Amino acid sequence: MQLNESDLSWRSLPGTLPVRHAVVSREQLLLLCRDVAGRGARLVSLWGEDRRAAGVGYVLVVVLDLTSRLLLTESISRSPNPGFPDLSQLFPSAGRMQRATHDLLGFNFLGADARPWLRHSAWAKDAYPLRHDFVAAAVSAPPLPTEIYPFVRVEGDGAHEIAVGPVHAGTIEPGHFRFSVVGEKVLRLEQQLGYTHKGIEKRFEGLSVQQGSKLAARVSGDSAVAYAWAYAMAVESLTDTQVPARALALRALLLERERLANHLGDLGGIGNDAGLSFGLAQFSRLKEDLLRVNATVWGARYLFDEILPGGVATDLAPTALPILLDSLAAMAAEVAVLQDIYDNHAGLQDRFHGAGVLSAKLARQLGVVGLAARASGQAQDWRAALEIPPYDGFAIGSVLAEGGDVAARVAVRFDEIAESLQVCRGLLTDLPSGEISVAVGKTRADELAVGGIEGWRGPILVGLRVAADGRIARCHPHDPSWLNWPALEHAIIDNIVPDFPLINKSFNLSYSGQDL
Amino acid sequence: MWKILKQIVRTGLVTEPAPNAEPRLLEHALHADIHRLFGRALCIRQVDAGSCNGCELEIHALSNAYYNLEGLGIKFVASPRHADALLVTGPVSKHMADALRRTYEATPEPKLVIAVGDCAACGGVFGEDSYAGLGRIANVIPVDVTVPGCPPTPTALLQGILAALQSPTSRVDKRSASTYQKTEDRG
Ligand code: SF4
Repeated sequence: MQLNESDLSWRSLPGTLPVRHAVVSREQLLLLCRDVAGRGARLVSLWGEDRRAAGVGYVLVVVLDLTSRLLLTESISRSPNPGFPDLSQLFPSAGRMQRATHDLLGFNFLGADARPWLRHSAWAKDAYPLRHDFVAAAVSAPPLPTEIYPFVRVEGDGAHEIAVGPVHAGTIEPGHFRFSVVGEKVLRLEQQLGYTHKGIEKRFEGLSVQQGSKLAARVSGDSAVAYAWAYAMAVESLTDTQVPARALALRALLLERERLANHLGDLGGIGNDAGLSFGLAQFSRLKEDLLRVNATVWGARYLFDEILPGGVATDLAPTALPILLDSLAAMAAEVAVLQDIYDNHAGLQDRFHGAGVLSAKLARQLGVVGLAARASGQAQDWRAALEIPPYDGFAIGSVLAEGGDVAARVAVRFDEIAESLQVCRGLLTDLPSGEISVAVGKTRADELAVGGIEGWRGPILVGLRVAADGRIARCHPHDPSWLNWPALEHAIIDNIVPDFPLINKSFNLSYSGQDL
Repeated sequence: MWKILKQIVRTGLVTEPAPNAEPRLLEHALHADIHRLFGRALCIRQVDAGSCNGCELEIHALSNAYYNLEGLGIKFVASPRHADALLVTGPVSKHMADALRRTYEATPEPKLVIAVGDCAACGGVFGEDSYAGLGRIANVIPVDVTVPGCPPTPTALLQGILAALQSPTSRVDKRSASTYQKTEDRG
């Protein structure tokens, strides 16, 4: 059987994102996914919701990226044992999201990998935290025995396993890596994540939309601005809020500064992991300079709560403009010097080139996103592709590298720094006047909305539904790391174990963002 | 190579004097404290027990040239067995509770525990009543000093470390060591 996107009845959602929404049956969902996957669409996210209390049933939400627009679908099951089609054959990255949806809501995806993903031992196998009849107290009383995670074993002459984590040697987030190796060569890597799962989605339930903004900004601290923006967009879609032009410009300025801070930090870290501690010293200094300017201009080094539904929290003082412009110019000059050093450092280039290759073909098949995708020749950037204001006024989104190796991910970061600096300058020299926020009205009840923006790591999406009392019924914040962690398992194959920290850092994925 | 040297020379020395927890705790006093107590560098093991990774960003900043943690005689180590102090972030996720306890037990006495960030101090925005989390660090292991902030600045972190050093033996009731009042209320 066949079905085309155009056979379904779609409704364009209000707001800045080009999103079309439809309620589709489970059979239609599978056929639709087949149709769009064949046309090169990517899976953005997939999550579940318990809407039994509203008389609806269990809902599976799927978001698809068709390059210049998004599709948002809801499929319903009324069964107490809800089953949905397995999408991982079409979109490999669906696998982990489906497993998480089973852990949290008890959805079954027929024929798919059914191992737990987010659930280790914090709650029982047959308890589902995001069902509304879930009783937290019942599961938290006696500690459950730690379950043995069924890793896939590699067997053969000389093959053995190395287990790393969850606590790592450095200051990084916890996660478990199981390497199968022969000598020093990696045959296979299997990740086990979920260690920092702290029940964020449950925590959202019942918050006011204002309170939700603070939580959204803390899903993955390194992307706080991007999350807060995506969340605000979802609220603004549900309230038909028109955000003032000045607020949009200031949001973009904040987002680009977040991108700069992370790229600077990563370039230092990657250099260090390749043996150049000079790089770490220099780039950390530049990052510190940037954070100090943030503190001067916005009153905080990390701008967690600057973007709010309806606008931004702080206006730029006239005195801030020269400070910002001068520091951008200084940064541009310094980064140019360091880029020249990186580019011409034989030892560094030797470690970068050919390390952790993710081919263009594999990146496409796996549905990799963001920075990592662009380093594997995949031109995609929501800022440009979805024409999200104020980015529609800038020529951006052209950064691309072909190699798919550490060198390519380094090159993309350097080029994106240059692009961000240019965007910041443009925003500052042409800053619209006027209000920095407007009051958001009453949220439309029971409708699903999404917001999204290209963060420094990749596209960040927030799905939101608000109840009639104005409290959050369901919020799903979605990190690009969901889509890119599986790619790291592939990129490490045939590399040597000692190169893992370098390759891992070149992706720099979020644990907390995907653990939720 | 000459370009690297040129850049190093051009950058010069950017390290700043350490902030003081108390006026009497000057930089050389900190050195002296560390030397008296440990006879060598103070070794810190960082543990992320479930943070959003924001606190880690500022802990990283401690090592940059401005704060120059190593220059103060403090270094991060890879194993709890070599650590004098644990720097713990996050609300403790249930999935990390065991690893945190084991890390604490593996750290030799006398040991200091510094809980970093609002989440570590009181559960922060994630609260203390989650099916998946246990809230503040002190709910799982004894805590000596808490450093509030979301995330705390590197200066606040340094002050916290200095404060922990001031009286490492006068810990009475570790469980009540939280200095942070819960401000984030649901409702
Ligand atoms: S205190 Fe703030 S920055 Fe630190 S882990 Fe908690 S939410 Fe993140």
